[in-house]
Formats: sequence, C-alpha cells, structure tokens
Amino acid sequence: MKLLSELRAEGRGQDMQAVVERIPYARFLGVSVERKGNEITTVMPFQESLVGNTTLPAIHGGAIGAFLEMTSVIQLLFDTACEWLPKTIDVSIDYLRSARAVTTYGRAIVTRHGRRVANVRSEIWQEERDKPVAVSHGHYLLTPY
Amino acid sequence: MELANDSMLEIPHARALGLKVVYFADDKVRVKAGYADHLVGDPDTGVVHGGVLTALLDNACGMAVRPPGVERADLAIATLDLRIDYQGAAQPHRDIFAEASCYKRTRNVAFVRATAYQTSPDEPIATCVATFMIGTSNTPRDKTPGAAP
Repeated sequence: MKLLSELRAEGRGQDMQAVVERIPYARFLGVSVERKGNEITTVMPFQESLVGNTTLPAIHGGAIGAFLEMTSVIQLLFDTACEWLPKTIDVSIDYLRSARAVTTYGRAIVTRHGRRVANVRSEIWQEERDKPVAVSHGHYLLTPY
Repeated sequence: MELANDSMLEIPHARALGLKVVYFADDKVRVKAGYADHLVGDPDTGVVHGGVLTALLDNACGMAVRPPGVERADLAIATLDLRIDYQGAAQPHRDIFAEASCYKRTRNVAFVRATAYQTSPDEPIATCVATFMIGTSNTPRDKTPGAAP
C-alpha cells in the first residue's frame, strides 16, 4: 500500500490513526485508533448505521466482525511496520453478548508471527473491559504474491 | 423477494452497506453487496474490505435461518459464531454475492453455510460456516448507561 511506505518514509510507520483515515471502509464504520506508548486501542463510536437489531437495539454482527478484523490488521501493521496490507486467510468469530448502542473498543495480540503467516487474537468490549462483546482469531498472509 | 428485501432494509447496517436480496426461498438465500466506494479496504487497488464480506455473509446466513416457510420465523436470532475462509481476492468494481443455506435447524440452534462469489458459486472468494441461537431475547433494554443488561 502506497500509504504505508509513505508513512514509513516520513518516520510515521506506527501512526495507525493516519492509516484508518485513508481506508474508506474504516471511515464508514467510524473507526479511530488511540495510542498510549506501545499499546493501541481501536475505537468504534456508536452510530445508527451500525445497527443490526432495531428492537434491542444491537450492533450488527457483521459490523462487529469487521471491527474485530480491522483491530487485528491494525495491530499487525503496528507491530511489524510492513509495507503492504496483510491478507486475511481465515477468521473465526465468537459472539459473546449483544453489542449495545454505545462505543466499542478493541485490542489485539499477535499470537504468532511467522515468516509468511501471522496468527492474531482480538477482543472487543464496551462499557466493561472484562465483559467482552466478541472475540476472534485469524490467520493473515504477510508476503505479497 | 420484494417483501424480503423490504424487511432486510429495515436493518440500518444492511441499508448502509447497500445490501439487496436477489433470491429468497426455503432452501437458499442470495444477497448482493453492490460495489461502492465507501466499502473499499485498500485504496491502492479499490478492493473491498474483508469486513464487508463478513457483514454480507453474516446477514445472508441470518436470513437463511428464517426463510419464508419456516415455523417460528418471527423469533429473534443471534450469531453464536462465524468462521470465514478467504479463497481469493475480490475483483474491484464488481458486485459480490453471498449464497447461504441452513443445513440443520434444532430447537435452539441453527447451522448455516455460505459462499461469497462474484462470477459463480463455483468460484468462491470466501466460504463460511456459522451457528445461530434461535429465540433469543428481543425486548428493548434500558438505554441508561451502566444499567444491568
């Protein structure tokens, strides 16, 4: 991705907020990145367009899945400063409780970083950090074709 | 089809993504995600974000759980888990389809598989399996922050 090499050239290889601002789908979901030292948290404020169940109301499972995936990829880019976007090979999502009409936060851990493939676990929560809304684990291809 | 499409468009996220029901029967449902600029995940290539596939597949799978002719079709459902395998990159500037079918439905749980494709289901860009809880709570909850769920 041109953006990644540009940021790196400017010495901002770890500026993940700049990355999400350039990804149209991340803007559509309203995702931002907060950084404290070497720790990053993804943030998805509530908006009406995320709703999947209007009665409860609850955020759509697809938006939750997308946010988990974005959290994983952002963490991978932050850790590795690679110049291309990792490609998702597979992702498995467990939905633990319905996501309410409030802000959602995400953190990810690169469980294993190989030469070609990385394994990443993500967790997202809302008002209480110890009550995750959903978790995921996935494999990401790091090498370009 | 129109009816199914209308009820899907009552879901704000489905509307925001621009999803459309193109086929809806008891054995199969097909949903289309039209290519749109706001769905792009890689601005260099114009390829849509993987999350769009997640949302499309989740929505199609959920619909397959409650097709028109199934008893208790009015019950609320919730995704329990969803696994997606990405088989190939989506071509930019082309619509994506998801075809889902529920292959087992018990009293509490439904098992669904789905394929996402652009040209034909024989050339998948992603496949997925999902399980859903049937008959989950659907009563509006207290919106005050900090209230017990």
